[in-house]
Amino acid sequence: MFDFDVIVMGAGLAGMRAALAASQNGSKVAVITKVYPVRSHSNAAQGGINAALTDRGDSWEDHAFDTIKGSDYLADQDAVEVMAKEAGSEVINMEHMGAAFNRDDQGKLGVRAFGGQREARTFFVADFTGQALLHVLHEQVLSSGVQVFEEWFVTTLIMEEEKCVGLVAMDMRTGELHVMRSKAVIIASGGVGRVFEPSTNALICTGDGIALAYRAGAGIMDMEMVQYHPTTLKNNGALMSEAARGEGAYLLNSEGERFMERYAPNMMELASRDVVSRSEQTEINEGRGIDGCVLLDARHLGEKLINERLSQIRQLGIDFAGKDMATDPVPIRPGMHYIMGGIKTDIDGQTSVPGLYAAGETACVSVHGGNRLGANSLLDTLVFGRRSGEHASEWVKTQASASIDDTHADRCVDGIKNLLDRKTGEMFGQIRLDLGQSMNKHLAVYRDQKGMEQAKSDLAELKRRYSSVIVQDKNKIFNTNLIFTLELGFMLDCAETTIIGALERKESRGAHTRTDMPDRDDENWLKHIVVSQNEGKPKVDYVPVNITKWQPQERKY
Amino acid sequence: MDVDLNIARFDPESDEKKPYRQEFNIEVDETSTILDGLIKIREEVDGTLGLRCSCRSAICGSCAMRVNGQAVLACNTKIADLVSDKNKSIDVEPIGNMKLIKDLIVEFDIHWQKIKAIDPWVKTDVPPPAAEYIASNESMVELAGVMGCIQCGACVSDCTVLAVDETFLGPAALAKAYRFIADPRDDANDQRLKDLNEPSGIWDCTRCMQCVEVCPKGVDPMGRIMKLRDFAMEAGYQNTTGARHAEVFFDIIKNNGVLNEFWLPVKTFGMFNIPEMLKLAPIGLKAIMRGKMPPIFYEKIPGSKNITKLFEKTKVL
Repeated sequence: MFDFDVIVMGAGLAGMRAALAASQNGSKVAVITKVYPVRSHSNAAQGGINAALTDRGDSWEDHAFDTIKGSDYLADQDAVEVMAKEAGSEVINMEHMGAAFNRDDQGKLGVRAFGGQREARTFFVADFTGQALLHVLHEQVLSSGVQVFEEWFVTTLIMEEEKCVGLVAMDMRTGELHVMRSKAVIIASGGVGRVFEPSTNALICTGDGIALAYRAGAGIMDMEMVQYHPTTLKNNGALMSEAARGEGAYLLNSEGERFMERYAPNMMELASRDVVSRSEQTEINEGRGIDGCVLLDARHLGEKLINERLSQIRQLGIDFAGKDMATDPVPIRPGMHYIMGGIKTDIDGQTSVPGLYAAGETACVSVHGGNRLGANSLLDTLVFGRRSGEHASEWVKTQASASIDDTHADRCVDGIKNLLDRKTGEMFGQIRLDLGQSMNKHLAVYRDQKGMEQAKSDLAELKRRYSSVIVQDKNKIFNTNLIFTLELGFMLDCAETTIIGALERKESRGAHTRTDMPDRDDENWLKHIVVSQNEGKPKVDYVPVNITKWQPQERKY
Repeated sequence: MDVDLNIARFDPESDEKKPYRQEFNIEVDETSTILDGLIKIREEVDGTLGLRCSCRSAICGSCAMRVNGQAVLACNTKIADLVSDKNKSIDVEPIGNMKLIKDLIVEFDIHWQKIKAIDPWVKTDVPPPAAEYIASNESMVELAGVMGCIQCGACVSDCTVLAVDETFLGPAALAKAYRFIADPRDDANDQRLKDLNEPSGIWDCTRCMQCVEVCPKGVDPMGRIMKLRDFAMEAGYQNTTGARHAEVFFDIIKNNGVLNEFWLPVKTFGMFNIPEMLKLAPIGLKAIMRGKMPPIFYEKIPGSKNITKLFEKTKVL
C-alpha cells in the first residue's frame, strides 16, 4: 500500500498545478496519471490564456463581466471574481517558470483578441499555448518532490465514514492493482469528450474522474452545458483554434457572405462560441453550407503571420482537410469540444464529499456557466488547480490517516476478473461509437425534448449492452483493451448526468439551446442543476446561481 | 480502398516471448491515417493490439512508431500516401532504441531519464521581477521553435548514435538542453554547458541528420546540438576531443584547402597523447597494409591561398 497526504488524479495543467501547490505547502504528494504527463489533453489548448493585466489598462472587472455574459449568467459570480483577480499572477508565474509567451514591441507579453471579450487579453505561445504551458509545468514537477505514477489507471475511490481516503489504481505496466491511501484526493482528470463522436478531444478524455466522483456520491453540476466549438475539421473533428478568428480570419457561407453580420453585428466572428456555433448550424441547416460545413477564411492574414502564429493549425488543415489556410478557405463546422459542467466544487476545489477535491475541466466551480469563453479554460485549470492544492494541503494537516489496507483492492480485482472471465458478448468499440453518435445527434448545438428522450432511451439500451461487454485481451501487461472497457463504463455514467441535466433544464441558456423552448427563463431557471447518486439512482437538486454585482441582461454581441 | 497493415506484434506473456508479424487487411478511406487503421483493428478485429495514442492531432506525442522503417507519428501519416496500385502493404513497427513492452508499446523510461539528466527547469540566481521578464519577440519565437518538441521519441528512435551507444544523451534531451541555454531567463548556462561538454553529450552526435529528417514538429534537434557546440566553444570549453576536432578540421582546410586525414586525428588528440596514439596505431597499420594511408606531409591544393583569403574575408575565426 502507498501512503500520501494528497493524491492528484491527472497530470494536465490543473493536476500538476495542484500538485505543485500542495507540495510547496509541505504535503507529501503523488500524481497518478494514465498517460505520461506531457501527453495530457491540456496540450490541445491552442489559442491562449486570458488575464486582465492592470499595468496595461485592463481591469479584472471587465474580464469578469465578459466571462459572466459569456456564461449566459449561469456562472457563479464569486468564483468568476476569484478567477479574474488571480489571473494576472498565474500568467506571470508561468512566464517566470519559462513559458515562451509571444511579446509585443516593448518586449512585454503580447496579446491577441479572443471571442466574447471586448479587450484583447489573451496571452499566447503561437498556437500551442496549452502544450507550452503543460511542458513548462512538467519541468517544475520534475524539479519538485512530487512523485508521479505514470501510466497508472484509477479504478475506484476509497470511501470511509463518508470521506474520501484514497483510491485504487492499476499499474498498467504490470496490470497489478494497488491501494493508495491519502488524506485528500484531487481529481483533475479532464473532460468527457469521447462521450461524443466526433469530438475535438483526445482519446483519453473519457470522464473517468467525473464518473468516479459520481459513484462516490459527489454532486455533478451543469452537465447539460456542452460546448460545441465553432471551428472543427469535418473528417476527424480536429480543432482549428479560435486564434485564427482572433487574428482576423472570416467565416463565410456558401454564398461567400460573412454571415456573422446577421447574428452578431458588433463582435462578428468573435462573438461567444455558443453564438457562433448556432449561427453556423443555422446557415448549414438553411442550405447555405458546403457539404455540412462553412468556411474559415484566413487568406488575407498573409503567410508570414500564419506561419508565426498559426503554424500548427495550418499544418492540421493540410494534414486532415487537404487545405492550406494560407491559400484556401478551410471547411469547418461546430464540433463537441468542452464540458462546462463537472464535479461541483466551491472556490477552493472542495466537492460535496469531504477529502475529495476537483479542478480543471473535471470540475464545475462554476466559472463557465452555460458557455465558456475561449482561453478561460487554461486560466481555470491554473487558478483552481492551485487553490485546490493549497486548500487540500491545509485540510490534510487536520486529518488522521484512515485505517484502510490492501483488502480494499480486492473488490476491484474481483470486478476485473469477472469482466475478463466473460466469454460471450460484444467488445466496447461499437457501444462507444453508438453512444457518441447518439449524444452528438441529440445533445448537440440544437436540442429538443424528443431528441433528448431518444438519447435517454438509447443510453438505457447501451447500458444493457455494456453489462455483457467482453474483453478480448486476457493478459495483464498493458491491457489497453481492459482499460478502454473500464473507460466506457465511466463514459456511460457521464452521459447519464448530461442527459438528465438537459432534460431537466426547460429553457435555452448558453450551450443548451432547445428549439422547443428557445427563450432563456431567468425566473425559473437561473439555477444550477446538480445530479448525484442516491442508493444507485440519480437524484436531481437545484443550487441558486451566486450573483454579486452583475444582474442578468439580454445577451447581444 | 483496402490496405494491408503488416504489424510487428509481441506478447510479453506468451511462452515463447518472440516478436512476430501479423497482417491485417482493412478497408480505409482516402483521408485515413495509420492511426485510424490501427484503431479500427483494435476496435473491430483484434482488441489485444497494443499501442499508445491520444490526441489524433500531432500534439500529444503518444503515437510515434516506425512506418515502412522510419519513425513517424501514426496520427499524421496518411495511408493513401504510402500505397499504390502495385503495393498496398505497409510495415508498422514500434520505435527503435527503446525496449519493447508489448506490440507497438515501448519503454520510454530511458528517454525520460535523459530528459531529467539535463536538469530540465529554468534556474535563476535572483528572484524574478514583479511583472514579466522583458524579452524580444524574436527570442521567444526562437525558443518556442524548440519548445514545440512534443517528446514523441521519433528522433530518439532513429538516432544512429543511440543505436550503438545507449549512454548518448540523444537528440531530444539535447534539444531540451538547448531550450534552457537559449532562454534569456536561465542563469545556469555555465554549468549546463560544462555538463553537456562531457562524454555522451553534445560532441557525440555524428551529424547524420536522421533526427532532423524524422522530427514531426520541425524542432531540428541536430541544428540545436550544433548551436550548443558553438555556445560551448564560445564559453571556453575547447579542451574536448570534439572541440579540438572542429578546430583542427577548420585550420587544416583553411591552410591547405583540403583535409589531411593523417593530421586530423593526430592533432585532435595531440601528438604526445601516448595512450590515444597507441589506440590509433592499429588503424594506421591496417591503412598502410591496404595502401590507404593518407600522406603524412601537407599537400596544399593549387590556389589554396585563395581559400585562406576566403576564410579571412568571411571573418570566421
